[in-house]
Amino acid sequence: MPKIKVPKHSPSIDMTPMVDLAFLLVTFFMLAAIPRETDPVDVTTPSSISEKIIPENNLTVTIDKGGRVFLNLSHADARTEMLQNMASKYKVGLTEEQNKKFTIMTSFGCSMKELPQYLDLTSEERKRFNTLGIPTDSLKNELKDWIYYGNIAALNTGQTKFLEAEMKGDKPNANDFKPKFILKVDGKAAYIFAQQVIDIFRDLNLNNLNFITSAEKAPK
Amino acid sequence: MAEIAEGGGGHDKGGKKRPKKGSTRIDMTPMVDLGFLLLTFFVMTTTFSKPKVMSLTYPAKIEDKPLEKPLPINNGITFLLTKDKVFYYTGQFYAPGNPEGKPVTILEETNFSPSDPKGLRKLLADKNAFVIKEKLLLDDKLKRKQIADTTYERMLNQFMSKKEALKVLIKTDDKTTCENFIDLVDEVKIAQIGVVAPLELMKSEADLLKAKL
Repeated sequence: MPKIKVPKHSPSIDMTPMVDLAFLLVTFFMLAAIPRETDPVDVTTPSSISEKIIPENNLTVTIDKGGRVFLNLSHADARTEMLQNMASKYKVGLTEEQNKKFTIMTSFGCSMKELPQYLDLTSEERKRFNTLGIPTDSLKNELKDWIYYGNIAALNTGQTKFLEAEMKGDKPNANDFKPKFILKVDGKAAYIFAQQVIDIFRDLNLNNLNFITSAEKAPK
Repeated sequence: MAEIAEGGGGHDKGGKKRPKKGSTRIDMTPMVDLGFLLLTFFVMTTTFSKPKVMSLTYPAKIEDKPLEKPLPINNGITFLLTKDKVFYYTGQFYAPGNPEGKPVTILEETNFSPSDPKGLRKLLADKNAFVIKEKLLLDDKLKRKQIADTTYERMLNQFMSKKEALKVLIKTDDKTTCENFIDLVDEVKIAQIGVVAPLELMKSEADLLKAKL
């Protein structure tokens, strides 16, 4: 009887398709990744069934667990305009570089007095910066001024964008370009902190607010 | 892997010079390793869903004074929130010794549990049965393509603002967390209630709430 020969296969398998796929995925995720902005505070938002996506042109007020208030404005042009108005109102001198830093920054939380110092820090240092957030008390209501000027600035940018879209020949909906006001509150924060901020919005007659929530499945 | 050709000098004894036949395959293991490392990194850090928002319209401020007289309300329910607890009363608020001589308002307790028969979800669904019934009919029509989705939205909003629909007032005390508040608003939205108004807690209500705790 002849010996049964076990065919000798090469132990290495062709990995080319797998590698191709892996790199395809790498490219995809690289392009799809939104560079995550690092906020100076971590906030755990409560969940809701809402499916409304966060509007493009927005002014966001973040309230952390301890009730500190932070502000963010979505458009860079609007940020510059807001800062100029605030700096001249509070007579705070800012250098060119500080102005630039403010434009590209995410949310910030400090008083006007602390602002130049705050702007000189790196984003990592800002997380550890010892501050009470933007003052909201009735004696020194800086948040109200920030929101007031922020609203005007965001309205202007919104209008420019709207006109641009119209020039292009689209039929834009003016409502999509108006600034929306967003509250990002920590679930553990006391509601009175949020109420304080909400009252400031209401004082400025901005009554339609949005709360950022993490998505939750709606019951059937 | 990389080899440096040695030798040089000296003649090749065989006469004919032959270029060395190297393997055409290169070792791709390090590249693949790196590829997968990057892949894992990007998969982990990518956030696809933009954050969601829940919009809420607050009543416009008319005067700075806090309300001391209850607002007249038709088919309404008022929630009093405190830390992790929720109380409610229906209809108008009557303080002890009110001029109308109505019985004093009593607070009832409920909770956020979705399955509890005494919980908020059941309570709101019962009270707002009118709108929920109409919504089911509309859902059905939409499914059968008898109405367009814009019509659906419009009609649903119409039902939500009708007299029979429930209106919700939310009042919070100073121990309430934001999570409690948003959970409550969420339940209200689940029950298809269109009119929600967060209001200030009145002194008489605060006293009643304190007595309950």
